[in-house]
Formats: sequence, structure tokens, C-alpha cells
Amino acid sequence: MNKRNFSQALNFIIIKISVFVVVAFLFFIIFYIFRNGISSISIDFLTKPPTDSMTRGGIFPAIVGTFCLSIGALIVAVPIGIISAIYLSEYTKGGLFLRILRLGIRNLAGIPSIVFGLFGLALFVIKFGFGSSLLSGSLTLGFLILPTIIAATEEALRGIPQDFREASLALGATKVQTIFKVVLPAALSNIVTGVLLSVGRVAGETAPIMFTAAAFYKPDLPTSVFDEVMALPYHIYTLATEGTHFEQTLPIQYGTCLVLLALVVLMDIVGIWIRLKARKSKKW
Amino acid sequence: MGFSLKEKIYKNIFLIVTTFSLVILFLIAIFLFAEALPLFKNVGLVDFLFGKMWYPTMSPASFGILPLILASFYVSFLSAIISIPLGIAFAVYLSELAPKGIKEVLKPLIELISGFPSVVLGFFGMVVIAPWMTNKLSPFFTETIPNFLSSLHLSYLSNFFANNLYIDVGLNIANASIMLAFITIPTIASLSEDALYLVPRTYKEASLSLGATKWETIKKIVLPAASSGIATAVMLGVSRAMGETMVVLMTCGGASMIPIRPFDPARPLPAAIAAEMGEAPYHSLHYEALFGIAAVLFILTLIFNILSDIARAQGEKKMKGKSV
Repeated sequence: MNKRNFSQALNFIIIKISVFVVVAFLFFIIFYIFRNGISSISIDFLTKPPTDSMTRGGIFPAIVGTFCLSIGALIVAVPIGIISAIYLSEYTKGGLFLRILRLGIRNLAGIPSIVFGLFGLALFVIKFGFGSSLLSGSLTLGFLILPTIIAATEEALRGIPQDFREASLALGATKVQTIFKVVLPAALSNIVTGVLLSVGRVAGETAPIMFTAAAFYKPDLPTSVFDEVMALPYHIYTLATEGTHFEQTLPIQYGTCLVLLALVVLMDIVGIWIRLKARKSKKW
Repeated sequence: MGFSLKEKIYKNIFLIVTTFSLVILFLIAIFLFAEALPLFKNVGLVDFLFGKMWYPTMSPASFGILPLILASFYVSFLSAIISIPLGIAFAVYLSELAPKGIKEVLKPLIELISGFPSVVLGFFGMVVIAPWMTNKLSPFFTETIPNFLSSLHLSYLSNFFANNLYIDVGLNIANASIMLAFITIPTIASLSEDALYLVPRTYKEASLSLGATKWETIKKIVLPAASSGIATAVMLGVSRAMGETMVVLMTCGGASMIPIRPFDPARPLPAAIAAEMGEAPYHSLHYEALFGIAAVLFILTLIFNILSDIARAQGEKKMKGKSV
């Protein structure tokens, strides 16, 4: 083997090892959490509130809280996100204003989640007087994922061939009818994928809800949008960093990590599966 | 005529909804600075940014965030050293080497990592990486390596290792950097892959037909052609690392001193906000200082995002009119 081929083989091996390291690390974390967390999982763990100053019992209120926060965030972000994406992909034709708009959306996507948390604290919790609540948390999380939803929807809309629009317009449909009756339905499965991936992300977010929604301990379920809620990621954080009972609550921490991870991975898998199915059945 | 009026109304409604994102961006900036403004007046911007003491709850309190800024740069830099090569290697593998079947599996895995709950990674850093560092890595650096080096009569190097690479606390900059790198790899990998994918096939074919090997083509043709896209990816990755909160909050140790060694504990900007906001009374100086930190963080990430935008625009200009 000459020097050049040797250099190629060596570099390709380094690249393959790099890929392997990243993938192996991912699976090691998942496996480790699974192995240590699985023994904590029981029907009681999933359906009962915590007891004995959080050293025993289950995580039911945190599961419900995370569920409510995720739904709330979607209610805020999905309508705005889809309409923004429609405008960006179907109506704009370049120009300075469009560039500013895009720059703004990209920068919104880059803002750290803790900054969103402080913004939510200052605006919703204090200024609007919503307090630390489901409402404040949902609004904060909704704004956080808005750019992700816009980007995913825009990409889905761009994937629809121009012929679809032209055929619809040629039949006499208006632009709005074309968008809502032809383009959006065709892009639906990819939009759903984007939304599901965002749900996975929102369910795992901790920093934005620390000061806007999450309660350390609140065994009863929320009855209104002005209630504080427990949440899975915040539960992990408080138990792991609260010094006094760290060892005692370790099984609960592992169990909660496993439940959160299972939730996020499930959302990702369902989302990716829908996309794959759509790709296979696609006729264009 | 009725039709076109309705169409116009719809269009304008869509436009108004779309500007909502811009409104939020401006609101965030306004709120951060408005809440922090009294502090800037009280303490002074220079003393705030370059003060070496962060003792917000002592009396007299001291609000210098230099140790926090340096800590943020330190963890971002160290994590970038890990995530840039791994991320780019991942992208090269996906776009140039991977068989189609493996690619179909790896791409969703990247999405999985990018959606991984950061609190779980922070937890993993606490319960796995931290004990591993103090129990395994520290003896390796301070005993195994120095012993080996002294057996080679390299006593200077041996002492250097023994005196500098001890790890007293497992929660430190290196730990946080490892976990942060893992979080930023998907950003770098997927955006770099997009950039590599856009390199015209004719470039590669020309290089290969001149007798270059596949690796030479990747190194000398494909990577340089995609360089602005890769720069975009790296900037966004660093920006993400700088703003990530839970990992640095849980694994970085929290000491608000100016960090020196990679195994020192530190308190990056997001960690200070997250750890202290719960205890800072409303509109106290401390509360305002934490908003000031958020404003600094906002500007830092904004700079990286704008840099990445510039790189992107340059890349688009470069690729304009080149056929795939």
C-alpha cells in the first residue's frame, strides 16, 4: 500500500472511530439510565404522588405537569408557527424585510433557554401577574419552540412540488384555498413530525420553567391554568441537587430520568416513523 | 373583486402573525435591559463586567461577573475542542462515506441526541462522570503517568503531572465540557452535513478524475468548499454551548472564582442565573444583577449567531450559480 492510500485508510478509520464514540456514548447513557432506573418503575411510582418529604412514593403529579406544560406550549406555538411558515414560504419574494424577519427568527432560536426563563419571569409571572403557573410556563415554553416549529413547517411546505399549487390555482381556487386545501394537507405528516420532535424537546426543558411554572412539591393535580405544577425535569434537578436526601432519593432520580427519557425518545421515534411512512407513500 | 380583497386580508393577517417572532425578540431584549438598568447605574458597567468578585449575598455585596464570563468561555472553548472534530467527522462520515442503510439509522440518532433532555445529561455527569474523574482519572494522572515518566527519568514532566492534574472535585469544568460537547455535536454534525451535501458533485468528480484519492478529495476539495457552512455550524454550536444551562448548573461545581485549571470548579453565566434567581428578592440589586447576566448572555449568543449568519451569507454568495 502506498503512502497516499495508507493516509486515506488511517483518516477513514479515525472518522469511523469518532462516529462510533458519539453513538456509543449515547447508548451508554441510555443503557445506564435504563439499568439503574428500571427497578424503580412500578404502577405506584407512575400513579402516586411523592410522600415522606419526597423520599418515597411516585411521580404522578410531575408526569401530569410535564404533559400539561407540553400541551400548553403547543397551543401557543403551533398556530403561530404554522401561519408564520405559510407566510414565509408561500407569500414572500425576498427583500430587506424578509431578511430581517428571517434573521430575527434565527436569533430567537439561538437565545439560551435560561434567558427565556427570565423573560417569562419578568413579563408573565410579575408584569402580567400570572404568578408561577401553568400559563406562564406554557407561554415561555411556547415562545421557546416557536422558531423550531416555524423551521420544521417551512421545510415541510417547501417539500411540496410547485405543480400542486399551480394545478389548484389553474382550477380556479384562490391562493388561500390552495394553501389550506392542497399544500397544508400534503405537508401534514412532515409538520406533525416537526411538532412531535418539538414536544420531545419541550418536555425535557428545565431552565425556562424553573421560575415560571415548576413547583418543588405539589402533590395535587392542577385545576386551573394559574396553578403551579410539578414537572419531570425539574423534579430530577431538585432531587439531584438537594443535599440532604441525595442518597435516599437516588432510586427516584434514576426512575424519573428513565420516565422522562422514555417519553422524549418515544416522541422522537413516533415522529421519525411518521416521516418515514410519509416518504415511502409519497408519489411525487 | 371580493376574492382579491379577502386574499389581501388573509395575507396581512399572516404577515402580522409572522412578525410576532420579531416582537418577542425585541420584548426579550427590552425586558432584560430594563430590569438590569438600575444595576448598571448603581454598580457601573465596567465594574460589573470586569469586577473579579461575585459575592452577591455578602455585605457589602460585590457584583463583578468576570469569573462567570471567563468560566463560560472556558467551558465553551473546552467543549468546542471536543465537539468540533467529532461533529465534523460525523458530518464527513454521513455525507461522504456512510452506506445508505447506516445513514438512515445515524440521522435519526443525531436528532435523538439533539433532543436529549439536558437535565438527564447533567444528572449523568453528576453520578457517573464526576466519581469516575476523582476515583479513576485523578490517580491515573497523579500516580500512573508520573510513575511511568519518572521511570523514564523525566522527573520534570512527572512532577508537572502530579502537581497540576489532580482532581479534588469531580464537578468541574472538564466534566461540564464533556457533557456540553455531547449536546453540541448534533448541531455541528447536522449543519456541517448540509454544507457538505451542497458541494457540487462536479467538484468531487473533477478531483477524483485527476487521480486524487477519496480522502485527498475530501480534505482538499470538499471541506474547503463547504468551509463557510461548517463555520456557520461551529458558531451555532458554540453559541448553544454557551447558553446551555442545566449541564453547567449540575456538573460545573459552582465556585465563582476565576478558573485556572480544567479540573477547577467554576460558575458559568447560565449556572449563576439558574442557581441564584430563586433566592434573589424581587428588584433587589442581586435580582437586577442576574438580569444583567442574562443581558450579557443574550449579547454573547447574539454575536455568535450574527457571526454564523455572516458565514452563511458568504457561503451562499460563493455557491451562487454553481451547478450541483
